[in-house]
Amino acid sequence: MNGNRRAVNVARVALVVGAGCVVSACRSDIRPIEPAATRTFPESLVRRGAVLAAIGDCQQCHTVPGGSAFAGGLPLQTPFGTIYSTNITPDVETGIGDWSQQALIRAMREGVDQEGEHLYPAFPYDHFTLITDEDGEALYAYLMTREPVHAVAPRNDLRFPFNIRQGLAIWKRLYLRKGPYQPDTSQSDEWNRGAYLAQGLGHCGACHTPRNALGAEERQHEFAGGEAEGWTAYALDRTSPAPVSWNVESMLAYLRRGWHAEHGVASGPMQSVTSDLASVPESDLHAIATYVVSRMGEGPPEGKPSSNGGAGGASQMRQGANGEQPLGAAVYDGACASCHDGTRPLPFGGIELGLSTAVNAPDPRNLINLVLHGLPAEEAEARPIMPGFAGTMSDGQLTALLQYVRERFATGPAWRDLDKYIKEARDQAREKEVS
Amino acid sequence: MMDALDHPLVTRRRFLGAGGALVVSFSLGPRVGAAQSAFVRPGDLNDARYLDAWIRIDAEGRISVFTGKAELGQGIRTALIQLAAEELDVAPDSIHLVTADTGLTPNEGYTAGSRSIVDSGTAIRNAAAQVRDLLVAAAAARWQLPPARLKAENGAVVSDDGRTLQYGELVASTQLHVVAQPQSNLKKPVFSRVMGKSLARVDIPAKVTGGAAYVQDLRLPKMLHARVVRPPGPGANLLDVDSGAVTKMPGVVKVIRDGSFLAVAAVGEFQAIQAMRALAEAARWNERPTLPRAGSVPTFILNFRAEDHTVRDTRTSSVRAGRALEATYTRPYQCHASIGPSCAVALFDKGSITVWTHTQGVYPDRAAIAQMLRLPLDKVRCIHMEGAGCYGHNGADDAAADTALIARALPGRPVRLEWMREQEHAWEPYGPAMITKIRATLEDSGSISDWNYELWSNTHLTRPGSAGALLPAQSLAQPFAPDEQHVEITPEGTADRNSVPIYTIPNQHIVWHFLREMPLRTSALRALGAYMNVFSIESFMDELAHAAGADPVQFRLRHLRDERAREVITTAAKAFGWSGSALPRNHGRGFAFARYKNLAAYCAVAIDVEIERETGRARMTRAVAAVDSGEIVNPDGIRNQTEGGILQSMSWTLFEAVTFDDTRVTSIDWSTYPVLRFSSVPDRVEVHLVPRPGRPFLGVGEAAQGPTAAALANAIANATGKRLRDIPFTPDRVRAAMGVL
Amino acid sequence: MTVTLNVNGRTRTVAADPRTPLLYVLRNDLRLNGAKFGCGLGQCGACTVVIDGEAVFSCVTPILLLEGRQITTVEGLGTLERPGALQRAFIEKQAAQCGYCIPGMMMRAHALLLKRPNATRDEIRKALEPNLCRCCTHMRILDAVARAGELMREARGEDQGT
Ligand code: FES
Ligand code: FES
Repeated sequence: MNGNRRAVNVARVALVVGAGCVVSACRSDIRPIEPAATRTFPESLVRRGAVLAAIGDCQQCHTVPGGSAFAGGLPLQTPFGTIYSTNITPDVETGIGDWSQQALIRAMREGVDQEGEHLYPAFPYDHFTLITDEDGEALYAYLMTREPVHAVAPRNDLRFPFNIRQGLAIWKRLYLRKGPYQPDTSQSDEWNRGAYLAQGLGHCGACHTPRNALGAEERQHEFAGGEAEGWTAYALDRTSPAPVSWNVESMLAYLRRGWHAEHGVASGPMQSVTSDLASVPESDLHAIATYVVSRMGEGPPEGKPSSNGGAGGASQMRQGANGEQPLGAAVYDGACASCHDGTRPLPFGGIELGLSTAVNAPDPRNLINLVLHGLPAEEAEARPIMPGFAGTMSDGQLTALLQYVRERFATGPAWRDLDKYIKEARDQAREKEVS
Repeated sequence: MMDALDHPLVTRRRFLGAGGALVVSFSLGPRVGAAQSAFVRPGDLNDARYLDAWIRIDAEGRISVFTGKAELGQGIRTALIQLAAEELDVAPDSIHLVTADTGLTPNEGYTAGSRSIVDSGTAIRNAAAQVRDLLVAAAAARWQLPPARLKAENGAVVSDDGRTLQYGELVASTQLHVVAQPQSNLKKPVFSRVMGKSLARVDIPAKVTGGAAYVQDLRLPKMLHARVVRPPGPGANLLDVDSGAVTKMPGVVKVIRDGSFLAVAAVGEFQAIQAMRALAEAARWNERPTLPRAGSVPTFILNFRAEDHTVRDTRTSSVRAGRALEATYTRPYQCHASIGPSCAVALFDKGSITVWTHTQGVYPDRAAIAQMLRLPLDKVRCIHMEGAGCYGHNGADDAAADTALIARALPGRPVRLEWMREQEHAWEPYGPAMITKIRATLEDSGSISDWNYELWSNTHLTRPGSAGALLPAQSLAQPFAPDEQHVEITPEGTADRNSVPIYTIPNQHIVWHFLREMPLRTSALRALGAYMNVFSIESFMDELAHAAGADPVQFRLRHLRDERAREVITTAAKAFGWSGSALPRNHGRGFAFARYKNLAAYCAVAIDVEIERETGRARMTRAVAAVDSGEIVNPDGIRNQTEGGILQSMSWTLFEAVTFDDTRVTSIDWSTYPVLRFSSVPDRVEVHLVPRPGRPFLGVGEAAQGPTAAALANAIANATGKRLRDIPFTPDRVRAAMGVL
Repeated sequence: MTVTLNVNGRTRTVAADPRTPLLYVLRNDLRLNGAKFGCGLGQCGACTVVIDGEAVFSCVTPILLLEGRQITTVEGLGTLERPGALQRAFIEKQAAQCGYCIPGMMMRAHALLLKRPNATRDEIRKALEPNLCRCCTHMRILDAVARAGELMREARGEDQGT
């Protein structure tokens, strides 16, 4: 959902607006059309649109958990207020039922709605701008054949001056580089297909690329790692923290199934991405994997991590003399080892922590989120479940555990600012509970 | 100090030791077949014929009632107390009920098949009525009054001239060790005081306050904790295990190995778990691929060699013309999946063994354990204690056998064994995968003129009786082979249960293709074949109704003569507000009906569903059921069971399938075998009871399983225009059926 | 080694490996039957207890984490003779079949009602999601938790006339 990251983005944009107070002209209105829902589209077109929508992860942002698909209303909290995703079902009154194909494609490429109003870049049109006409057409056919849902998203609740949309024009002038995608002729067709999907609809960079002070992606550091919803989106370039280098095969498997034995299970916002990708044809995923892995290069780190006894677990619990054992080690033995002892394969067993990217990452954010909240059970789907320890571990105990795990299983240096990260993660959870 | 279970032992001592108690002898004779008896006595009174096998009263007037049936969470304890209290004219809380114990209670076989009230309830009710009459007769003799001037009231006999004798005062002169009469003087329903009323369950207060309620809670002095190490897959044998390091782990008392049976006992429970993990790592197995490579649609069972048995054949040559319809339905292997893994406690002492177990059949389990341990029957005692709900033959008997083997190796020390979650999911005997195929002809008049039904299934009964049915006995160095399965076509049926349609249809041909080959062990799961057969038949009835352009409820009534069936159907339809009116998009309603086993309770279920098109998620939003279970003992108990049955069947039908690769079961916990969670719970479930005072009891505990599955399928078809015939109806399957892109 | 725990308002010292999950200590050392073993994996909630107001899985909580913390089990909600509001509600609604999952349900509900005394049915449903019931007593469990909320409000003198 990338809510928080995008929200920060929005806030920053709003800041520009406030500072600049420049009013820029809107784009022209595109005439509403007859309700598109009454029209029919060739099945093959809709089918293609479905795949593209899955690659774009459209449903996640435009659906409230447990609510109607694509009906919008998902709140994105920002320090400057809240914005809500819009209804993109073909409902005429409250959705996009009277949008023409042209209007949809313009929205994706230029970030304006049917009436020509600027859209907040929480809608990642800086990526979607690459979309081809054909893909726009397919996506349109797909959205117009969804179930129309009458649902009005709550009004954005942004304080003045952040609520002035016209200011977004400045942001766009600075950062929106319009498409279409320009192929790199030195690369294979498949690579180019992957690049088009990953940079465009897939908007991988929205999370995996760092942002500048104005909330725009730093293109020169594309894939150098970013953040989303309080989670770190790992670098997908040569600085990838994965202890075992990714290859096309492992990346493909991970994207398809949401886990890989040498890398772990997708969690946080990435979970919804991979669950959407499960329905995407292998050829498309293979292309994406080819492109992404090429960006990582053959770079370090090499081979398997130094796993100083990750397996063995419970039976090898080091029985300290008279129970004398450092706190972190004891917490690991008591709380983690029984699942992470490597006796049960992924995705349902716990990963051997030496292989975990979260443990090897430059910051502890994701590991903290995982330890605190686990992977909760969800209705009627076979999926890994991990208990969270937010209610049982004190900050001190968690810190000791993190230090121990980092030292024992990771190759990188000790983490700093653990208390700051822990506080952030706990605060965020509290906010979520209240909302 | 024993925290739990002071009743059977203490009680027995009290009865045998207390002076003046009315126990002439312990009267559990061998089961006597009806043929040997001049009369047929009601329920299991026909087998355990002495009144004092069922009811005993001591000189203080304390009443003990004995049942061979077990409380499985179905509320049987409360209902049986109600029956006894009613006929004995005492307050329910003055009755002490002793359940399944080979040392104390009658042999009533298994607590299964929704038969507890029918078998045991009937026996207890009649025995109680006869005991009451004997007490009245004793008082009449003492007062020299005609019995008609006396009546039983609140634990005493009173005369119309105001005299009173407590039961306790009468027992010394009353002979209860007498053979029951075939006829009893049962109370008229209008005089009922506790029967037919929703008496609160007697077991719930302890369960919500932390009382010792389950075998899991039994703690005996010096008790050890044990864990077993099971093979990685069904085809694996133990090659070797170096247990040296394990025996030195803290708390470990003993590692037990016999063939491929491997276990460890320790002082502390967590120590036993740690040792089990270490032992599992130290064990080397040879694994063989013995499982079929298959997805969750179990079509592979069609490749097994089948043995055909005709369940029914009423075909005549004059089959009339009409439209022929055909459909095939499937169901995967499914788990009992108790919330509490199987558990038992055993004590082997001076050549005898006592096993506390949540088995459904203490007597058959005793026989199997005795054979496995090569002990005479009288050296083995099985005492039932509650476990978590089992819904059929789960790991209970196997865990009892495991524990018996471990306890034998540790004489004099009580041993408690609990299975791990993964063991429960991987090793319980599953509800069998099944395939059914129906062909029928619909006449132009809209009636069904012939009906061809085939079902493919393993046995649904591998319950113990002999040691070969016990999981650990199969892997001993001197193993016991699993029992040969024999097919018997009976009125109650097993895989073929409810395979005969209840509807009036000429020209029926019903065949069970019995599958002997069994890659995964299967046994009784709540309702047995009735779940699948009713699902198939009642789905197909809707398909036929659709083809005939008829309302599904009307179409059923058109083919149904049984008045009680008709009333249950109309009751459910009315309470639900059944109509043919249009529903909002993606909403559907479905109806289904069955009489369980065609001889027990009638149950009709109507369901509303809502489909989330994009995800394919089908949500049951409302269910309304009507039930006729004959005379009602405890209305709330029936409602509770039926509500639970509806939701459980919904979970089976929407979500559940055992998964495996060619060597191992891969659905081994709640993350790999997801079941109903609160997010899928309907908004409303209603159960309406059709009262039948004075009519025989009809078993009801499993009656909702089949109708719910079919009503769901029918509702989904109604909502989407697409028929799902393969259980479970996962979101992916629903989406695919709807063609959502 | 000994660990000191505060369980249901009483200080208890147990001699156990500090890494032992709380569940086994409650059941075996302290002889409390309420928390049940269901999976040992944090997947089913049968072992749920409340620690400092939060519902947690005792099967994956080593006792070494718990010194100085307030642990509440179903035994801490009341007794057979003097049942607490949740216990009375579960009895009143007859919200159990086998009952094995019920103490865990009650403890999760207890944590919810501590935080949100006016929890709606939807909130109850959501809060109970981590807990499984295989007998499928869900409808009654929801009723019972809602009823417990009412009883608690009544006891505080709110909700007159409901
Ligand atoms: S036993 Fe703790 S969650 Fe299942
Ligand atoms: S009542 Fe049996 S598991 Fe919930």
